[in-house]
Amino acid sequence: MDDYTLPELREPVEIPEINTGAMAHSQPFVAAPKHQLALGFPGELVDDWHDKAIAKFGELLESQRALKVYMDACVKCGACADKCHYFLGTGDPKNMPVARQDLMRKIYRRYFTWAGKWFPWLVGAKDLTRDVLDEWYSYFHQCSQCRRCSVYCPYGIDTAEFSMAAREIMDHVGMGQKYCNEIIGKVHDIGNNLGLPEKALGATLEDLEEDLEDDTGVAVRLPLDEKGADILLITPSADFFAEPHVDGLMGYAKVFHQAGVSWTLSSQASEAANFAMFIGSHDQMGKIAERIKDAAMELGVKRIIVGECGHAWRVAYNFWDTLVGPFDFLDPAYPIPQHICEFTFDLIQKGELTFDKSANDHMTLTFHDSCNVSRASRMGDIPGGQFKIPREIIKACCNNYVDMATDTIHENTFCCGGGGGLLTDDLIELRAKGASPRMGAYEQVVKHHGVTHLAAICAICKTQFSKVMPMYGFAMDDIVGVHQLVNNALILDGLGE
Amino acid sequence: MTAAYAILFYSATLILVIGLIVKIKQYATTPAPLKIPTTPAPTTKQGVVLRMAREIIFFQSLFRANKWIWLFGWMFHIALVLVLVRHLRYFTEPVWFWVVLIQPFGIYAAFAFVAGLAGLWIRRIAIERIRYITSPSDHLMLLILFGIAGSGLGMKYVSPTDIVAVKAFILGLLYFDWQPLPADPPVLIHLGLVALLMIVFPFSKLLHAPSVFFSPTRNQADNPREMRYATDTGRNVASGE
Repeated sequence: MDDYTLPELREPVEIPEINTGAMAHSQPFVAAPKHQLALGFPGELVDDWHDKAIAKFGELLESQRALKVYMDACVKCGACADKCHYFLGTGDPKNMPVARQDLMRKIYRRYFTWAGKWFPWLVGAKDLTRDVLDEWYSYFHQCSQCRRCSVYCPYGIDTAEFSMAAREIMDHVGMGQKYCNEIIGKVHDIGNNLGLPEKALGATLEDLEEDLEDDTGVAVRLPLDEKGADILLITPSADFFAEPHVDGLMGYAKVFHQAGVSWTLSSQASEAANFAMFIGSHDQMGKIAERIKDAAMELGVKRIIVGECGHAWRVAYNFWDTLVGPFDFLDPAYPIPQHICEFTFDLIQKGELTFDKSANDHMTLTFHDSCNVSRASRMGDIPGGQFKIPREIIKACCNNYVDMATDTIHENTFCCGGGGGLLTDDLIELRAKGASPRMGAYEQVVKHHGVTHLAAICAICKTQFSKVMPMYGFAMDDIVGVHQLVNNALILDGLGE
Repeated sequence: MTAAYAILFYSATLILVIGLIVKIKQYATTPAPLKIPTTPAPTTKQGVVLRMAREIIFFQSLFRANKWIWLFGWMFHIALVLVLVRHLRYFTEPVWFWVVLIQPFGIYAAFAFVAGLAGLWIRRIAIERIRYITSPSDHLMLLILFGIAGSGLGMKYVSPTDIVAVKAFILGLLYFDWQPLPADPPVLIHLGLVALLMIVFPFSKLLHAPSVFFSPTRNQADNPREMRYATDTGRNVASGE
C-alpha cells in the first residue's frame, strides 16, 4: 500500500508523461451486503449483472439529458486532458477526463449506437465484460466529481455526470462502494455520517458551550432541537468534533449570538452532507434531503442555514427545492437556503460584527476554493459571489491574506483530492497524489508570500488536507476553516458583564 | 454517373436531415432532472443566451483550456462557415448580393480551413495525451475533411472543372430536373466525400454541432433560489413515491 512516491510539487503544475496503468490497482473497498441491502441495492454482484447494467444504463440515458448529450458530444479535442488533478498527480491516462468518460462511452457506443454495433473497431466500441466492470469500479472511483474538466470543455461535458451514473449502475448490479454506502446507511439510521447518536450529540454540544464560556466569559449557546427557533443550522457532522472543523462550529455559534437571532441544530438532521450525490442516486439524495425538510417543519423554523460543506451546499442550493420542495413554509424574505458565509458576510456589511484582527496575526492566509461551491453553486446575488464572500470574511477578520495563482483559484480551483466520496483510507494513495496540484500552488505562496495557513469552507477539504498536508511537509493544522478565523477574532457583546 | 450522384445526394440529404431530427428530438425530450450549470453561470435567460453565443461563436471555454487547440479549431470552424457560405453561389440563381461580396474571403478561408485541420491533425499525432484518446474514426473525419478541401482547391487551382455545368447539376437536383455532372475526378471526389460526410454526420462525433445547444452545464441559468426548478422526473419525495 505504502510503496508509492508523491509527485514533486510544481507551480505552474507540470503535465506528466503518460504512465499507462499507473493507478489500475487503486480501488476502494466494495460495500458489504448489509450496506448494499440497506439502500435497496443487491447485496453482491448479481449473476445477470451484464444485462442489468445495460438496462440501467439505458434507463439513465433516457432520464438524464446531460448523460445522453455528453455521450455524443465529445470530439476528443484534448482540452480537458490536462485538467484533472488525479491525472496531474498520477500520470495515468485513464484519469484524463475524456479517457475516463470513454470507459463508459465505449459501452454506450456498442449497445446504444448504430456505428458501435456495426463498426466497433472504428469508433472504439467495446463489449461490457467483467474486466470493463472492474475498470469502471477502479476509475470511476478516481473522480472526485469536482467539475474542473467541465469548465474547460467546449461543450461543457461534465465527467461528474459520468462517474455518478457509473456508480449508480454499479450499485444496481451489486458492486457498490463501502465508504459511501455505509455512510448513507448511518444517515438513515442515526441521523449523521459519523453515526453520532442524539445523546452523544447533546453532550458534545454542552461541552462545547462550556468551552466557549470558559474561553470568552460569555454564554454562547449551541442549541439542539429547540422548537420555535428562527433558524435551523444544517452542518456537516464533522463540525461537532473533528479538528479543525469544530472551531468553525464555535465560529457560527458566536456569529448567531452576536446577531441576536434564535437558532437551533437538529438531532434528526444532524448532517448537511448528502453522499447520495456521489453515488448518483436521486432517490437516496431525495430521502436524505427530505429528513432536513421534515426537521425544519417540525421545529417550526423560518430559515435554513447551511454550514461549511462543499457538496452539501451544492445539494442544498441546487437540488433541495427540486427534490423535496417547495420550502414555502420558510420566510421568503431570506434566501432559501442560505449559506453561513452569506449570513456572516451580510452582518459584516451592515457593520454588526466587530473583529480583533490581531487575533489572527500569527497567520498569513490563503483561500482554497472548494470545487462544489466554486463550480456547482453560488453565494450572494451575483455570479462569482462564492469567490468574493468567503475572501471578504477572511479579510474582515485577518490582516494577512494572499491569493494563490489565478489558474488555481475561483472556478479554476484544484480539488483537495478527497471529494466525491473518495475520502477513505483505502484510497489514500490516490488522495495524496491528487492533492499535489493544490499543494504545489500552496507551496508557492508559502515560499514567496510567507503564507502559513490554508483556509477552506468544506468539511471534506478540511479532513483531506489535515491528512495529506503532512505528507507534503506542512503541518496538519495548517488547514483552517473560515469560521474558525471568525471564531478567533469576533468580539462578543456582553464581555465582562 | 449523373444518376448515381443524384441518388447519392438525395439519400445523403435524407439521412442527414432525418438523422439530425431524430437526434435533436432525443436531446430535447430527454428530461434534465436537476439544475447543473457549471458556475459561475448567468442568472438570467438573457445571460444564458450570451454565454451560449460566446461558446458557439468564440469557443470561450476552449480558449481558456488550450490556446493551440482553440487557434486551430476556431480557425477551421470559421473558415468552414465562410467556405459554406461561399458555396451558396452554386445553389442560387441569381447569386445573392452578399454571397457575391464574400467570394474572395471564401477563397482565403479555404487555406485557413486546411491550415486549421493540419494543426489539429498534427496535434492528434504528436501529442501523447491526444494520441491516446484518438480512435480510428477521429482520423477518418480529418481524412474526409482534408479530401474535401484538397479536391476543392484542386478544382480551383490545378485542374479546373466545368463549374457552370456543376452548378447546373446542383440546381437540377434542387428542382428535380437532372442535368449532366462533368465526370472530372476532382469534382467526383469532392462531391462524393461531401455526401459521405453528410451520411456519417448523425452517427458520429459531428453531433457535437447540435448537442452543444443542449448541454445543461452551459444552457441552464444559475437561479435555483430565485425560480423553482420543478421537473416531472425530479422525484418529489414529499408528494409521495
